[in-house]
Amino acid sequence: MTEQLDTGVVAQQIKEHDVLDAPAGGSEVGRARRRKEDARLVTGRTQWTDNIQLPGMLHVAFLRSPMAHARITRVDTSAARTRRGVVAVFSGQDFAGEQGSLPCAWPVTPDTVIPEHPPMAVTTVRYVGEAVACVVAVDRYAAADALEAIEIDYEPLEPVLDMTEALAEGSPKVHEAGNESFTWNFAGGDIDAAFHEAPVVIERTYVQQRLIPSAMEPRAVVAQTDGDHYTLHSSTQIPHVLRVMLALTTGIPEHKLRVIAPDVGGGFGSKLQVTAEEVLSLLITRRLGKPVKWTESRSEGNLTVHHGRDQLQRIRLAADANGRIRGVQVKLLADMGAYLMLVTPGVPLLGAFMFNGIYKMDAYDFTCTGVFTNKMPTDAYRGAGRPEATYAIERVMDELAAEIGVDPMEIRRRNWIQHSEFPYTTICGLTYDSGNYEAATDRALALFGYDKLRAEQSDRRERQDPVQLGIGISTYTEMCGLAPSRVLGSLSYGAGGWEHADVRVLPTGKVEVVTGTSPHGQGHETAWSQIVADSLGVPFEDVAVLHGDTATSHKGMDTYGSRSLAVGGIAVVRACDKVKEKARQVAAHLMEASPDDVEFSEGRFRVRGTGTSQTIQEIALATFAAHNLPDGFEPRLDASATFDPENFSFPHGTHLCAVEVDTETGATAIRSYVAVDDVGNVVNPLIVEGQVHGGIAQGIAQALFEEAVYDSDGNLLTTTMADYLLPSAADLPNFTTDRTETPATSNPLGVKGVGEAGTIASTPAVVNAIVDALRPHGVHDVRMPCTPERVWRTLRTEGGEPA
Amino acid sequence: MARISVEVDGIAYEDDVEPRLLLVHYLRDRLGKTGTPIGCDTTNCGACTVLLDGTSVKSCSVLAVQADGCDVTTIEGVSSDGEWHPVQKAFHEEHALQCGYCTPGMILASIDLLKDDPDPSEEAVRQGLEGNLCRCTGYCNIVRAVRRAAQEMRVTTP
Repeated sequence: MTEQLDTGVVAQQIKEHDVLDAPAGGSEVGRARRRKEDARLVTGRTQWTDNIQLPGMLHVAFLRSPMAHARITRVDTSAARTRRGVVAVFSGQDFAGEQGSLPCAWPVTPDTVIPEHPPMAVTTVRYVGEAVACVVAVDRYAAADALEAIEIDYEPLEPVLDMTEALAEGSPKVHEAGNESFTWNFAGGDIDAAFHEAPVVIERTYVQQRLIPSAMEPRAVVAQTDGDHYTLHSSTQIPHVLRVMLALTTGIPEHKLRVIAPDVGGGFGSKLQVTAEEVLSLLITRRLGKPVKWTESRSEGNLTVHHGRDQLQRIRLAADANGRIRGVQVKLLADMGAYLMLVTPGVPLLGAFMFNGIYKMDAYDFTCTGVFTNKMPTDAYRGAGRPEATYAIERVMDELAAEIGVDPMEIRRRNWIQHSEFPYTTICGLTYDSGNYEAATDRALALFGYDKLRAEQSDRRERQDPVQLGIGISTYTEMCGLAPSRVLGSLSYGAGGWEHADVRVLPTGKVEVVTGTSPHGQGHETAWSQIVADSLGVPFEDVAVLHGDTATSHKGMDTYGSRSLAVGGIAVVRACDKVKEKARQVAAHLMEASPDDVEFSEGRFRVRGTGTSQTIQEIALATFAAHNLPDGFEPRLDASATFDPENFSFPHGTHLCAVEVDTETGATAIRSYVAVDDVGNVVNPLIVEGQVHGGIAQGIAQALFEEAVYDSDGNLLTTTMADYLLPSAADLPNFTTDRTETPATSNPLGVKGVGEAGTIASTPAVVNAIVDALRPHGVHDVRMPCTPERVWRTLRTEGGEPA
Repeated sequence: MARISVEVDGIAYEDDVEPRLLLVHYLRDRLGKTGTPIGCDTTNCGACTVLLDGTSVKSCSVLAVQADGCDVTTIEGVSSDGEWHPVQKAFHEEHALQCGYCTPGMILASIDLLKDDPDPSEEAVRQGLEGNLCRCTGYCNIVRAVRRAAQEMRVTTP
C-alpha cells in the first residue's frame, strides 16, 4: 500500500494483502515476502552448533579466573585427571608454545599498544572469567564436575576498573606498557575559531554504560580433524574472517581449515570475534585427535562474550545566539577492557565521524583515548560507535534548544542538512549521498501527534501533576554498509570491506546463490532470493541461498555493520548481471540473432521485432548440454562478483518517544513510540520492519534497563539474566513504525542498511524524553540505565545533578 | 541411576538417568530432540520451554526424573499430520521470529497461554509471555502472532 505524502515522498506501510507466500507477478523486490528461513525455525529442525553430535565427541569445560588481576603461581591438574570420564586436563602452560595471541585487526594508530592476548592465561590473569584451564571429558556433566578438582594458586594484584583512575599517575597497570592503548585525533575546520566568543557554549559529560550483547543463542564450538584437515563449527557471524584469523593464529594452513557457521541464534556484534574458545577447541582437537564440543552457559557468556559501549563522553558545542551550531568538540575515553580483541579499538572510531549527526557546522574536533581496565574486553555491539555518538549529539541538541529557548525540533530544523543540499559533504569529510530529514520528520510528527502531546505536557506541568510527561526526539543518521576498502585502509583496519557472491543457474533452471554474507536472523535467504528472482526472471521459490560454510562459500567478509544488503546484495546483483550477459550470448546463438538484438525481460530472451524467444531455463539446459554454443563459449551459466562500495550507506530517520515519569517514585513508562526511518529502497518491508522493531527494543534497553556492573574487586555482578535485565514483552510498548524512501545513490538497488538504525536512534529518544519531563525540576541528565531509583535520586539531588 | 518412563512427542521412552540430569539435557543429548534449545542457566529466558502434561515448563529447571510418567510435547511434536499448529503458522505469517532461537519456547508458551485465555488482549499476551525472552523482534510481531493464532483457533475450534 503506497501513500503519497504532502512532502512529495512515498511512505509505505505493510498491509495484510501485501504479505505473500505465493508468487503474484510483478517485482519481487519491495514485496513483503514471508521468510524462507522460518520453516525450519518454527518446527525445531534448525541446526544450532550445540545440536551437533559426532561419534566419539568429547566435551570441553573451562575453568575461569575468579580474580580480576593476579599472578598464577601454581597449577595442579593431577586430581582432575583422575575424575570419572576425564580424558585430558590442560592449563595455559600446556598451550604456551602453540596458542599464539588472539588477534586485533584494528591498530588505530601506529603506536597503539596491543598487548599479547593468550587464549588461555599462562602467568597472569587480567579479568574475571579469563580461561585458566580446561577439562576434556566424555560428557558435559563430567567435564563440569572435574573443574572443581583443578587447583590454582593466585597472587592477587591490584585491579583497576575505572578509566579515569586507570589514566591517573601511579595507578595499577593492567599491562606493563601502561593503561593507555592509544589516543586518536580527528579534526575538521578551525575549532578554536568556532568556540572563540561563541554566544552559546554547552558542555556535557555523558556515560555510556557497559552492555552485554546477549544474543539468545549462547556461543558454541565444535572442532574436528582427520589429522590433516580441520573443521570448525562455530556460532559466529564471521566464518570467513574467522578462518583467516584462525589460520594466522594457530598455524593451521588456511586451505586445511574449514569454518562453518550453521544456524546462528543472533549476534548483534557479539559473534564478530575470534574467541579464545575457538582457538583452544582447535588446539585440543589437534592434541587429542577427537572431535570436541564446547557450549557456554549463560553465566559464562555474560563474563566472557565481549561487552559493548563503555565510554565516557565529554562533548562541547558552540552556537550562535539563534542556535546555529558553530562547532562540536568531543573528548572520549573508551574502555577497552583488559585486552584488544578483533576490532576493539576501532569501535569508538566508527563513532568519530558521527558526533556531528545530521547537522551543519563550521568545525569539529574529536579525540579518543582507549583505556585498559581489568574487565572483559569491549568490542562491537549493535551500532558499534554510532549509537554512542548519536546519543551524545542528540542529547546535546536538546540542551541547546533549552538554552536558546526554542522547541527541540525547531533547533534541529535550523541546523540539519536540507533535502536540497544533498549530496552533502559533512565537516567530517563524509559525503551523505541522499536524505530527506524534513519528510521523515513531518511524517513522524503527524503519527505522533506532537502538538497535542506538547499541550498535555504543559497542562501537566501547570497543575504540577506528580506524573509528568516528556517528549524525546532523535533525528539520527548513521554510517553503515561497511565499507569502502580504501577508507578502512586509511583507518588502519586490517581487511577490506567488499563482499562476494556467486550465482549459478543449474541445468534445470533452478538457481543457487552463494553469498559471502553470514546471516544469523536477518533473512538473507529470503531477500537475496527476491533480488535474484527479479534480476533473472525466475520464480522466488527456484532460488536457494547458500552461506556460512567456507567450503561452499569460499570468499566473504560476513555480516555486521549493516553491510549485508548494501554491499553483499549488490554483489548478488552484479553476479546476476554477468550471468544474464552469458545467457544472452547463448540465446542469440540459438536464435541466430546478433546479441545486440536480443532483449531480456521477465526471464525470457527475445529477438527484437520478432516472436522468437528462449527462456533462461532453456538457455540453462542448452548450456549444460553444450551441444550448440557459440564458438569459444565456456559451457557455464554461472558468475562471480566481488563488490567494493565507493561510499558508506547513510540511513536516517526521526524517532519520537513520549514517556510518563512519576516524580514520586521515579518510575518511567513509555506511552508511545513513533519511528519513521528512511533506509532507501526496500527489498522486503517485513524484514525491514522487524529489524527496526528489534533495534528500537535494544536501544530502549540501554536507556532503561541494562548495565554490566562490576564491583570494586572486578567481579561482574550481572552474570545471569536474573541480574542483567533484558526487557521482556511486558517491559516494552508497541512501536508505531513507518518509512520514507529516499533511494541511496551509491548503489544500483538504492538501498541503505537497516540492522543498527533502530538501536542507534532509540536510546537518545528515550532519555531525551525523561530529561524533558524533568527539566522544570532542574534536571539535565539522568545516567543510563534510567532506573526508577536513578530517576528518583536525580530528582532529589540538589540542582538535578545526576545521581 | 533412576529408571524413567516418558512419552515425548508421542513416542514412549524408558531410560536410566542420573537423578541430576536436567530434562532439557535428556531431550537434547539422549533423545536427540534438539528442537528445544537452551538459552540460559537461571530459568529466565524460556527458550527451553516444553509442555509437561500440557502445561508449559522450562525444561532447564525440571529434572528428567520429575518427568517420569509424564507426557512431554516439544516443538517437534506440535504439528499434526504435517500441518503446522496455528501458533507456528502465525509466527511465520506475522514475521514473529528473526534468529529463531527463542521461537520454540515462545511457541510452546503461547500454546499454553491460549489454552488458558483463548482471546487474550495485547496486554495479556505481553504479561503472559513475560518469562520468554527474545532479543531480535522487540516483541511487537510476537504479540500480533499470538493474537492471530488465537483468532484462527477460535474459528477452527468453536
